[in-house]
Amino acid sequence: MTATTRGGRTWRPDYPEEGTASARARRVRHVFEPADLAFRGVARSGGLIVLVIMGMVGFFLAVQAVQAIQRVGVVEFVTTPDWSPETNHFGIAALLTGTVLIAIVALIVALPLSAGTALFITEIAAGGPQRVLISIVDLMAAIPSVVFGLWGLIFLQPAIVPFSRWISEWFGWIPLFAVDGADPHNPLPDDSLYTSSTFIAGLVVGLMVVPIMTSIMRESFSRAPIGEREGAYALGATRWGMVRAVVLPFGRGGVIGGTMLGLGRALGETIAIYLIINPIFNINLHLLQNGTNSIAAHIALRYGEASGLGMSALMAAGLALFVLTMIINFTASAVIARSRSGAESEA
Amino acid sequence: MTTTVRPEERHNLHRSLAQSLQEERLLAGDRGRHEAVARGHGTHLPRLELESEDDAPRVTIGYSRDDVLTLVGSICSSIAVGLLFTAVIGLVPIGWLPVLAFVWFVLIYTCLVFLRNPGPAVQDRFWTVILWAAGVVVVGSLALVVGFTLFRGHDVLDQMFDPDSKQDLWQRLHFFTTDMGGVGPIDGLERGGILHALVGTLIQIGIALAVTIPLGLTTAVFLGEIGGRFARFVRTVVEAMTALPSVVAGLFIYAAVIVAITRQPNGFAASLALIVLMLPIMIRSSDVVLRLVPGNLREAGLALGAGQWAVVWHVVLPTVRSGLTTAIILATAHGIGETAPVLLTAGYTTNLNVNPFSGPMTSLPLAALEFVKNPQTTMIARGFATAAFLLVLVLVLFVAARALAGQEAGKLTDGQARRRRAKSRSTLQRISHAHVASSVRLSPHEDPA
Repeated sequence: MTATTRGGRTWRPDYPEEGTASARARRVRHVFEPADLAFRGVARSGGLIVLVIMGMVGFFLAVQAVQAIQRVGVVEFVTTPDWSPETNHFGIAALLTGTVLIAIVALIVALPLSAGTALFITEIAAGGPQRVLISIVDLMAAIPSVVFGLWGLIFLQPAIVPFSRWISEWFGWIPLFAVDGADPHNPLPDDSLYTSSTFIAGLVVGLMVVPIMTSIMRESFSRAPIGEREGAYALGATRWGMVRAVVLPFGRGGVIGGTMLGLGRALGETIAIYLIINPIFNINLHLLQNGTNSIAAHIALRYGEASGLGMSALMAAGLALFVLTMIINFTASAVIARSRSGAESEA
Repeated sequence: MTTTVRPEERHNLHRSLAQSLQEERLLAGDRGRHEAVARGHGTHLPRLELESEDDAPRVTIGYSRDDVLTLVGSICSSIAVGLLFTAVIGLVPIGWLPVLAFVWFVLIYTCLVFLRNPGPAVQDRFWTVILWAAGVVVVGSLALVVGFTLFRGHDVLDQMFDPDSKQDLWQRLHFFTTDMGGVGPIDGLERGGILHALVGTLIQIGIALAVTIPLGLTTAVFLGEIGGRFARFVRTVVEAMTALPSVVAGLFIYAAVIVAITRQPNGFAASLALIVLMLPIMIRSSDVVLRLVPGNLREAGLALGAGQWAVVWHVVLPTVRSGLTTAIILATAHGIGETAPVLLTAGYTTNLNVNPFSGPMTSLPLAALEFVKNPQTTMIARGFATAAFLLVLVLVLFVAARALAGQEAGKLTDGQARRRRAKSRSTLQRISHAHVASSVRLSPHEDPA
């Protein structure tokens, strides 16, 4: 008190100190020991090797694919449903439609399930079996796809066919659910009309993408700030009221991003679809009807008999799938990164 | 009050004062309240005036007897209705029992809650039920997939432990000790096994890991510790490559290695395909783990005079050892389960082949796939047994990964902490010895004269 008012006016220490104006920041020099230099060199070359490997894959795919697409032209490649490279007549119209339809069915199954499970884990199971549930969902992500495929083929397909028939009988007037050749008045309905369909493949793929979607959504839901949660409770919200007002808006980016990553997985799924579907080469929009196709399963089926242009054509189909998946994945990570929850995706 | 009162006691005093005021008010009604406020020596509590006795009852937290009874009653009712429509009347097939019961449960439960609770509470209960249902469906379908596969594997297991088969112990284990060479489609389950696939998987995943682990870790360290524009570019490319569908990786190796060079499928090509697939997964998960290392640990190392390499080797990597192990194990589990790339590159054989550079070499998922394509029930049984074995393998790897991941970054077990203390003590001893020695000799900094 006395120091500041000494002499009747405010006392200040000398500040800035003398010579400050002419002083300059000391130059900071990085000194790397030989060991550090070696380490940096090795690490950098590791990165370079990975880059070369990945670049080679992309480059090789692109070169081969361009060869094939140049033969038929981009427009025909995208719009032709048939596949006979021997006669220079092939395209991915049927394959792409099938792939996208299966992925959409998968998402319709997986989105409510995974959003519900993520909310269940973060909001209801909190403090109780939360850790166990998280482990179970992660475990589901590690189950080999061939196991899902076998299950879908031998267990799910026979079990779900009556349900398919029921939908097509009652909602057959919607074109999507119609089944050609189905006769509702036939007392002995033909089950083979309903097997190997887009719907069944989509169901299995949907179960397969639930874990990845759930873990990303859970991550973003669990980051909803505790202060806002308690604020909602303090204003009299019920648990669901709090979830709607705080958790869901906060985790919206995680929901969208997780769904898109799931979509990417669903598009690239091979073996489960390969086991279940009955490959056809026309555009089949009837979800419940026998016969569909997908790019990945098509590659797995046809690689052996392909040579020369056939191989390039398969490469082109693979590249189309890769580009589609890549666009979706990058959009997903951008959405997740820009959202408020900003969840780190570990996909 | 003449005695001195410490602040926290004063606080308590205030509260008890307020309480007694409240009691007084309750006893004396309005008159008492006005007096208490007007007396002027107490704290003025405006809430007392705002509170009116006829406040409506609020939604309470926790479960009352009412809630429990509603829940139990709804469950009983839903099961009864489900049974009525399926088993008793037969209006709907029995398979619909769970669905029917669930729909009826949601309806009746919502109605019952609605009778006694206001709107928001009804919504809350309804959505709680829906979220429970989602969790149960996901866990249930996982249990169904795992359970069904393990159950269908029992044919082979039965045969193994069949007391009538008159095989000795070694022959009983034939499923794991023999291959399918010379086993025809009509041979019974007592012949043939999956040794060729098991060995194939081990060799392929071994080669893949021998490349993936060092290269992946080096790249992850490069991305996390060195950084820069080139590192950002590498990270973007790696991220893009995680989108590569597995079958396209297989097709790439098929076209670039098998068609162009080796002319026949072999195990090494399958390993290459696995490398292309596992590298991005490995790099990304290690990158995420490395980011968990707290910056002040690194800075502490640097401040003690350690170089960058010393900090990475002695501080960063040991801190996240368990996380990196988990990343490796999870990548292995994914690699073992990959089917599509192996299908395109490894070829299918029924015979044991231990040379990865020549001839087809089957792996476990591929063997399961090829078994199931056969129409014979024995072959399908073998396929499920193979899938079950694969599943058990993945489960074991997964549990191991979880057990390791239980350790937090930088947290030590008791044994580790003991070793660390011992090492620290010996270092201290060494330093003090050196110090004593140097003070006896003349240190080089001092003037020798």
